[in-house]
Amino acid sequence: MSTFLGMPYAPRGVGHLRGEEPFPVAARAALGDTQLRRNLGKATRTIRAKRAAVVAELPDWEELRAAGQAIKQRTLAHLDHYLEQLESRVQEHGGTVHWARDANEANRIVTGLVRDTGADEVVKVKSIVTDEIGLNEALAGAGITAHETDLAELIVQLGHDRPSHILVPAIHRNRAEIREIFLREMADVDPGLTDTPAALAEAARLHLRRRFLSARVGISGANFAIAETGTLCVVESEGNGRMCLTLPDTLITVMGIEKVIPSWRDLEVFLQLLPRSSTGERMNPYTSLWTGVTPGDGPQRFHLVLLDNGRTAALADPAGRPALHCIRCSACLNVCPVYERTGGHAYGSVYPGPIGAVLSPQLTGVEDNASLPYASSLCGACFDACPVRIDIPSLLVHLRARHVEEAARSRRLPTAEAVAMAAASWVMASPGRYAAAQRAGRAGRALGRQGRIRRLPPPLSAWTAARDAPAPPAQTFREWWQHEHGNADGSAG
Amino acid sequence: MAARDEVLARIRTALGRSPAAGAPAGDRVPRGYRRSAGLDTGALISLLTERLHDYGTAVRRCPPSGVPAAVAEALAGRGARRVVVPAGFELPGLDVPGVTLFADDGLSPGALDAADGVMTTAALAIAETGTIVLDGGPGQGRRALSLVPDYHLCLLQAGQIVGIVPEAMDRLPPGSPCTWISGPSATSDIELDRVQGVHGPRTLEVILIEP
Amino acid sequence: MRIALFVTCLADGLFPGVGQATVRLLERLGHEVVFPQAQTCCGQLHTNTGYLREALPLVRRYVDVFEDCEVVVVPSASCTGSVRHQHAMVARRFGDEALARRAEAVAARTFELSELLVDVLGVENVGAYYPHRVTYHPTCHSLRLLRVGDRPLRLLRNVAGIDLVELPDAEVCCGFGGTFAVKNAAVSTAMLADKMRSVLSTGAEVCTAGDSSCLMHIGGGLSRLNAGTATVHLAEILASTQGAR
Repeated sequence: MSTFLGMPYAPRGVGHLRGEEPFPVAARAALGDTQLRRNLGKATRTIRAKRAAVVAELPDWEELRAAGQAIKQRTLAHLDHYLEQLESRVQEHGGTVHWARDANEANRIVTGLVRDTGADEVVKVKSIVTDEIGLNEALAGAGITAHETDLAELIVQLGHDRPSHILVPAIHRNRAEIREIFLREMADVDPGLTDTPAALAEAARLHLRRRFLSARVGISGANFAIAETGTLCVVESEGNGRMCLTLPDTLITVMGIEKVIPSWRDLEVFLQLLPRSSTGERMNPYTSLWTGVTPGDGPQRFHLVLLDNGRTAALADPAGRPALHCIRCSACLNVCPVYERTGGHAYGSVYPGPIGAVLSPQLTGVEDNASLPYASSLCGACFDACPVRIDIPSLLVHLRARHVEEAARSRRLPTAEAVAMAAASWVMASPGRYAAAQRAGRAGRALGRQGRIRRLPPPLSAWTAARDAPAPPAQTFREWWQHEHGNADGSAG
Repeated sequence: MAARDEVLARIRTALGRSPAAGAPAGDRVPRGYRRSAGLDTGALISLLTERLHDYGTAVRRCPPSGVPAAVAEALAGRGARRVVVPAGFELPGLDVPGVTLFADDGLSPGALDAADGVMTTAALAIAETGTIVLDGGPGQGRRALSLVPDYHLCLLQAGQIVGIVPEAMDRLPPGSPCTWISGPSATSDIELDRVQGVHGPRTLEVILIEP
Repeated sequence: MRIALFVTCLADGLFPGVGQATVRLLERLGHEVVFPQAQTCCGQLHTNTGYLREALPLVRRYVDVFEDCEVVVVPSASCTGSVRHQHAMVARRFGDEALARRAEAVAARTFELSELLVDVLGVENVGAYYPHRVTYHPTCHSLRLLRVGDRPLRLLRNVAGIDLVELPDAEVCCGFGGTFAVKNAAVSTAMLADKMRSVLSTGAEVCTAGDSSCLMHIGGGLSRLNAGTATVHLAEILASTQGAR
């Protein structure tokens, strides 16, 4: 498996960071899913409006963004120090810290920890990182059932499906489908279940409450981990997080190493940035903070699993590293015109959308997700929305460059595209060659009618499939200028 | 090589430096954001109450001497008869016929589930976001207590209200398990229609005590 | 003022009217326009497709050609954006710090057309006449990279005879995105469909913008549909004094 500066990538064959089809192919299929288009369009439009409203309320939003960005930069610049500090604090407070180099190791660790308790089922709080590593499948392989408790993850799990959005993973499902899934898969459901969201949520509540009250092992992710104090933080809406973090006797938290933040006071920045950016609320309903083990309150056994799985590879690329600043708010997904039309599945990774297009290829190596950096028109809406100011468009261009450079290094023969790009560059590096090419291109004028060309050969046929192309004019601008002013650059010549 | 050593080594290599680089110096993070809202108590009470009402949370305001009556009214209105309270929680003068306050002495989740409600104090409240924070301090109890019962009655002192999140972080002691509550639980997972009351107490009521 | 024109390869080869209009407009305002004929292309297409090494000679050419000019005008927000935000980066990627600094210096004197008119020349009424219903599409590079704000609209509002109508969902990308239009043609077309719907909903005769690239994409779609609405570059409207397109 190839590496970036010696840092291994997230391994193949485990987890969900790679799609089965390149983005253009998957996207094209998704575009034809009218229900997805409608659901997603409505959902993203709604959240955009809510987010804009609550962000506009704050007089210091830009200052918060600047602080958030700086805190993340600082954290990554000293990541080893902060992880060691976090480990010490957690251990001092009675927790155990484990380190996992990759998804397989993390799955082994978690499976072992669950086995040690003798339990054969666990309750889970939504955690994208556990989806990333394919934890549920690994646990199932060991005879351990992982019960998802987040409503959307429950819908996805019962529907034998995959999540399509970081924040609202079941956005691709409408209420009728959800009702059907519940009727089919919930053993204890009322056969007269309607499809109003309130009824569906109530069905989920009853179904899950039994599990919560008897659960012995909980598994979660973490939004933030404070190095200074050893405190972990989970931000949620439904209360299933509180249930999983509080009632079981054993809690296992899996966390990407980039989620650590330096100090207690840094949390004040992120607890303002995250809720407003993700659900468009001033504050999410429930936030839980805990440090190790507290006698008499909550789990008496706490395990923190720190996960690499390609993050050090991203860290090793200074230009690509800002992708690790992400606080998983999904604001970029909600403003992205591409994501809005294709949904998350088309990206093939649990991290879709703009941030996914720059994070997934860095975790897996660009080669395994080569189409993702190109899944963008570089419109920049994501950068404007990002609460920690990740310059996603620049990262996309950087990853496109890495793709081209890596391809050039590993191939003996260049692609047709590379040849064309090199030729164009050669031509345009010289005004003489450039003018000659313009003259030669005028032959294309014959293809046009009324100044329009309706059909071009591949690859430009992709353009003319839906759009007319302009026919070359009788005279280029520089020919017109030369006609007016001779060879002089100035008009007064 | 153990995983820990390897991951740390990878990080150091990725950052291009040696292990002994030491702790980063100072805090060069630009903190131009508001550190305090600068609101007086009256404004804080007003803003918090407005935000709590937005969440559908009933707020009863009373002086310290009026607390037992306000509690009695709330519990009677709810029809709550068996209410669990944290160990050591006392409410002298509370006289509600048919209401039993029983202390949490390590009750099982099932026993908590059987209670009609829970009553606690709070650590503080944040006006701008309508947040009540519990940190396990006196009168607040362990986290399960304010999680499992379906009704939570919270006694809050006006002096415990701060304006914005940074003020809350300044006052909360790190280390204790802490729960921030901003409105009842909700989900927008079904077609983005917000549905209130999934897990956690579906009804939260606040008694705001002003001297 | 002596203003150097960077016409852009797209306008030079396919939309010469945009360059001609820019010259006509600035001369009408009393300025001298020069066209350094050694210019070719800013390299944006190469840079954005990941061919940075191939973009480097184009960056060098731009810097060589324009660095002695007092001010450079570009009738394209995306090309201006590439000059301002990408040229130095490309130079640095290949270790040429000297070129990077020169690029930054030229970039500071390079202006998109509406920036030049409003900020440098201090004019918002250019004396234009264009009696048509027009809707303005703020291209992503002008909106988010250059942050031209409402400069183009202020210029358009002062055009005599114009019937300016607001474009719904104006800030949503049209779907061009350079090679994105070909590599992800399906998504590009879907975005184009929505942009065309917005344009057509205004009843405008003309859709205008500061980028020939986006206009080529939107105009190509409208033309394919025989929609009866055309695309005209901002420069051409501002240069117009007779109302003829």
